[in-house]
Amino acid sequence: MSVYGVREYSKIREIKGPLLIVEGVSNVAYDEIVEVELPSGEKRRGRVLDVSRGVAVVQVFEGTTGITTTGTTVKFLGKPLEIPVSEDMLGRIFNGLGEPIDGGPPIIAEEERDVNGAPLNPAEREYPEDFIQTGVSAIDGMNTLVRGQKLPIFSGSGLPHNILAAQIARQATVRGEGEEFAVVFAAIGIKYDDFLFFKKFFEETGALNRVAMFVNLADEPAMIRLVTPRAALTLAEYLAFERDMHVLVILTDMTNYAEALREISAAREEVPGRQGYPGYLYSDLASIYERAGRVKGKKGSITQMPILTMPNDDITHPIPDLTGYITEGQIVLSRELYNRGIYPPINVLMSLSRLMKEGIGPGKTREDHAGVSNQLYSAYSRGVELRSLAAVVGEESLSPVDRKYLEFADAFEKRFLKQGERENRTIEQTLDLAWEILSILPEEELTNIKEEHIRKYHPKYKTA
Amino acid sequence: MSVKGRIVRIAGPLVVAEGMSGAQMYEMVRVGEDKLIGEITRIVGDRAFIQVYESTTGLRPGEIVEGTGAPLSVELGPGIIGNIYDGVQRPLPVIADVIARENPNRKIFIERGVSVPPIPLDKKWHFQPGYNGAQVKVGDKVETGDVLGTVEETSLITHKIMVPPGVKGTLKWLAPEGDYTVTEIIAEVETPEGKKVELSMRQRWPVRVPRPSKLKLEPNTPLITGTRIIDTLFPMAKGGTGAIPGGFGTGKTVTLHSLAQWSDAKVVVYIGCGERGNEMTEVLERFPKYKDPWTGKPLMERTILIANTSNMPVAAREASIYVGITLAEYYRDMGYDVLLVADSTSRWAEALREIAGRLEEMPAEEGYPSYLASRLAEFYERAGRVVTLGSPERIGSVTVVGAVSPPGGDFTEPVTSHTKRFIRVFWALDTKLAYSRHYPAINWLMSYSAYAETVAEWWHKNVDSRWKEYRDQAMEILLREEELQDIVRLVGTESLDEKDKLVLEAARMIKDGFLKQNAFDPIDAFSTPEKQFKLLKMFIDFYHKASELVSHGITVAQIREALGRLYVEMIKAKFNIPNDQLEKIEELRQQALKTLEALEARSG
Repeated sequence: MSVYGVREYSKIREIKGPLLIVEGVSNVAYDEIVEVELPSGEKRRGRVLDVSRGVAVVQVFEGTTGITTTGTTVKFLGKPLEIPVSEDMLGRIFNGLGEPIDGGPPIIAEEERDVNGAPLNPAEREYPEDFIQTGVSAIDGMNTLVRGQKLPIFSGSGLPHNILAAQIARQATVRGEGEEFAVVFAAIGIKYDDFLFFKKFFEETGALNRVAMFVNLADEPAMIRLVTPRAALTLAEYLAFERDMHVLVILTDMTNYAEALREISAAREEVPGRQGYPGYLYSDLASIYERAGRVKGKKGSITQMPILTMPNDDITHPIPDLTGYITEGQIVLSRELYNRGIYPPINVLMSLSRLMKEGIGPGKTREDHAGVSNQLYSAYSRGVELRSLAAVVGEESLSPVDRKYLEFADAFEKRFLKQGERENRTIEQTLDLAWEILSILPEEELTNIKEEHIRKYHPKYKTA
Repeated sequence: MSVKGRIVRIAGPLVVAEGMSGAQMYEMVRVGEDKLIGEITRIVGDRAFIQVYESTTGLRPGEIVEGTGAPLSVELGPGIIGNIYDGVQRPLPVIADVIARENPNRKIFIERGVSVPPIPLDKKWHFQPGYNGAQVKVGDKVETGDVLGTVEETSLITHKIMVPPGVKGTLKWLAPEGDYTVTEIIAEVETPEGKKVELSMRQRWPVRVPRPSKLKLEPNTPLITGTRIIDTLFPMAKGGTGAIPGGFGTGKTVTLHSLAQWSDAKVVVYIGCGERGNEMTEVLERFPKYKDPWTGKPLMERTILIANTSNMPVAAREASIYVGITLAEYYRDMGYDVLLVADSTSRWAEALREIAGRLEEMPAEEGYPSYLASRLAEFYERAGRVVTLGSPERIGSVTVVGAVSPPGGDFTEPVTSHTKRFIRVFWALDTKLAYSRHYPAINWLMSYSAYAETVAEWWHKNVDSRWKEYRDQAMEILLREEELQDIVRLVGTESLDEKDKLVLEAARMIKDGFLKQNAFDPIDAFSTPEKQFKLLKMFIDFYHKASELVSHGITVAQIREALGRLYVEMIKAKFNIPNDQLEKIEELRQQALKTLEALEARSG
């Protein structure tokens, strides 16, 4: 963008929700950043959403409370919103706009970058395929995460998504490489205690010096939430593609983000799509989620783990629904499993990792991985189906084989799924455990696994 | 005489400019200092409403908008195959190179205002006048579609250099065999009015206008895809139209990749419309390595990719569909069978909705514009099997398969319900099947194909004369099973009579051993029509023989016991027995039947 320098105007025609309509402006650019100065001297920031000749619509991040039509000046800064980026930002805490709030020294920028980023060229991407061992059986065994993937956690209010995300951040390693992930953490409109949980967690694990936190809490202005994940990803892109780091980005909670977007859309009186969310919610979310991956000629990568709480645990709600269409799978948490005391309460049937197939197999995990995973899925889904059937017709109306499936489903939940918050299983442990519970079923039922793998890994042949 | 106006308003991808009198509807324009590509979508007085195909960040009122005098068009000529384009036919690797020259660190991103030629201008192609021995001579009358010569575009595709639509006259000069770029003149035609027209190997065509053809034919040859549930139960025909709707995670993209990879089309156009960047990367990385199962050549030599991923500008998403189908029609005109895959048409519809919203048009259902249905109809209607214009006479086809991404997996939403009106094959993906990892998760009760009858003749001639019979029996067993499941849900399986238990067992064998297919298993991923039929015949013949036994008082449990390991082998035949050892399936079938006969004999 060509820089026209700073211009200042003070003719505010209308104030509406988070929007200011400023008149008499010239040379204002679309998406330009502004500084609003109140009569009291307080300064706020905003962004140009719509510009016609002489009139600009400005969205104020900190809200319009206290702004008057007279005496307020609006400075157009001649550039889009940029944040300074630097390796020194690891170990620091910032507000939602990327300004330090931990009392530390100001960031000496190695570069200033537009928070909106630019789309990655698909022809320059490299397909993600490095297996990340998270130590969680339900993920490693059945919904494998790979480096450069975007895999969200779909949760509900009150479910232990934070604990799971923290466990993954602590345990995630790429085998054969000692290197740890740098973590960029964006708190988007979350409660203070949720923030505290993560902060304490990073402190306790001694990870704080490889974590950068961008924090917008629930009681802070909602409009800033539209910037927070973008600021975080701007730093992540810098670290990954300029500094060769492997970056894990945690964004929580994307539901708050989408709500802020709905608010601004309503204030602009746009034609709403489903449930009042703007028709461009999909494209807007994609402009965040697609900022992940690996690229040609660069060593680093961005692995994204957005967390969102599904309103009323409804996976068809627009936020999880559109997210699922963009991300490369999803980890779905189940209230029912949680209530039965199973941690992590991952509903594996609804969960999926689209990039799993490239990250597993000989040389990466183990040759039997794909077959075992398929078998676990098909057996567990049959078990769950039979469980609801047995609730109606009684277990005795089931065939003997079907009763084995019931037993399998129970063992799956209590032995395979369930594990400690600090229990870190290797992939071999996970797969061996899977074989143990699969051996509950008659061998002819294992139709998804290759014969040679049965001979090699089935406990029956192993001990013999 | 291009028009020149000035921007008065910018709102997201929509720009309004005034001083545009003389501009045409759908004219391509250059917007602002960076010369962003845009298209006029509405004209009011001297104001033009422009949808801009690149990010509008930083644009200002007062900047200049320049008309190009032509509608948004694609460039057609050798060099298209194997390329990956953005939504307005800019090759993505070339964009990266251009950016790298200015700033190597920004190479991985797509910046704005990069202007690059769609097909390489400096590459020399070996031009061979005439076609198939038929020599075109100076003095001949030529018209639209006549083949002047050929170029080996890839080892799979012979690119026919055709007289472009609208040109007719006497051939005055034809270039001799030799190497030419697409900009060099290779022929001269004198029109009846005495006007000289110079032809190169490159032509342009507006994307929103279907390319003309002589005659539309009925699609009656199956498009063999190697996916069993598709070819056997819900076949697609060359020149047909199909939709594949499904919620997220149901396997739309995997199924479409399989189609692009295995189907026996000669050219594949894959449009990634508002989908994931990594999915395009996957195709880009894999297709050059994978071999076309029909020719053994790298798949990329027959593939064209169009990538407008979800984070790329939304207006270009709207254009990408038209760009893709125009390229498909161009290869159809050469006489090829082209498969066009669009993933996903819902994102295209959403782009329409977004632009319509910015234009403040009156919304119809769920905020979509009222012309959604007619746009969908226009798009699918460009599919078809045709006799092309020009000589020698050629038959080509464009098969269109569109993915639909219904919000919440709800098939009653506008895009799915309107699409259903314009397509003839419906592959409904089922979340429940996907949850139990039954892939492809095509639901056999909700899906349909209007071509099942028309392609039967091909199967009967080329595979087995009883194909239709077996196919219908498989459908019958699956339908009967669904009815029985309703009963099972009330009383359990044990109280069913033996005949019905056998139906459940047979349906399970068909589902596990035939319908379920692993797109990533080297043997299972692609089944030849012969393998499909042999597998099906094995299960159905087994079912009939077992029915006889059951009617003689033998229980299903006894049958299962007698089968023993044979049961597992039948189920696993799909990924144990490769396409070239089909006699082993026949052996298995006979073994199964013999086992049943032995059991029958023992039970007297």
